Amino acid sequence: MQLDDTDRRILRYWLAEPGLDRAALADRAGVTAATLWRRLDRMRMGGVIRAESAVIDWRALGYEVEVSLRFTLDKTNPRAFDEFIAAARDVPEVTGIETFLGRVDVRLNVIARDMGHWTGIYRDGILALPHIAEVEALMLVATIKETGGLPL
Amino acid sequence: MIDLDDTDRAILRALVADGGLSAGELGRRLGLSQPAAWRRVRRLEDAGVLAGQRVDVDRAALGFGVTVFLGVKLATKGRVSLEDFERAVTAIPEVQVVQHVLGLFDYRLRVVARDIADFERVLRRRIMTLPGIGNVEANVLLTEERRPGPLGVAQTVVNR
Repeated sequence: MQLDDTDRRILRYWLAEPGLDRAALADRAGVTAATLWRRLDRMRMGGVIRAESAVIDWRALGYEVEVSLRFTLDKTNPRAFDEFIAAARDVPEVTGIETFLGRVDVRLNVIARDMGHWTGIYRDGILALPHIAEVEALMLVATIKETGGLPL
Repeated sequence: MIDLDDTDRAILRALVADGGLSAGELGRRLGLSQPAAWRRVRRLEDAGVLAGQRVDVDRAALGFGVTVFLGVKLATKGRVSLEDFERAVTAIPEVQVVQHVLGLFDYRLRVVARDIADFERVLRRRIMTLPGIGNVEANVLLTEERRPGPLGVAQTVVNR
């Protein structure tokens, strides 16, 4: 679908601050409420806007540990990616699954309540996943910046 | 820290799937009155559990066809100021995520670009010129999937 400057302006402000209510967003983007509704609707229909979702702060629920696990898989097995990902979906503490072109094949984002809980998840959930050739862990210290904003 | 019951978890699952749901719609789905649903959402917000909204867009359709994750190691020679690095890296508009980590790297960055040539420009002009930058490893994102996390109904603990 074709996007014009108004669409891009709306998205620029919205992506930078997804918590804005519709009135504030219309105001920032310099359009009327009716125009905003129509434009957002059209971009949803056109598939540019895929979804809106709530963000959960797992720390507020007592999950103090967050780990980025980077895997290389045994690619001699053609089903390695599919089977690994299907099994990773069954680990409830996995909050994200990403695949890559590069030295890393797959990354899992995993949360745990504390180090004891993490050790259990790692031994029983993660190391039991199929087709792992190598795994390395990056433990999150702090998120300094996190935005879905695009330099539109 | 607040305790969640099954209804709270159902609310979180519903709002992760569709963040635009009104309290009325949420109540209808879960068999709650509109005010009851609203009160529960309010409580989850006040406790910091519901921490905002996320908009998922088709980045390629908006002209950003490439997303790259960078693992960054700071240079060991000389004194490196984490603050200087963090201030400079967060100011780059193409950098969406900056995480300080422990392990093989010091930072993880998520970078968006229009195409590979544009990514190379960002890498050379913006990233490699950051104060204290050392080794950088790049992995190009192919697919990403967000999972709801541990929001199932309370699981039975099995002793082994």
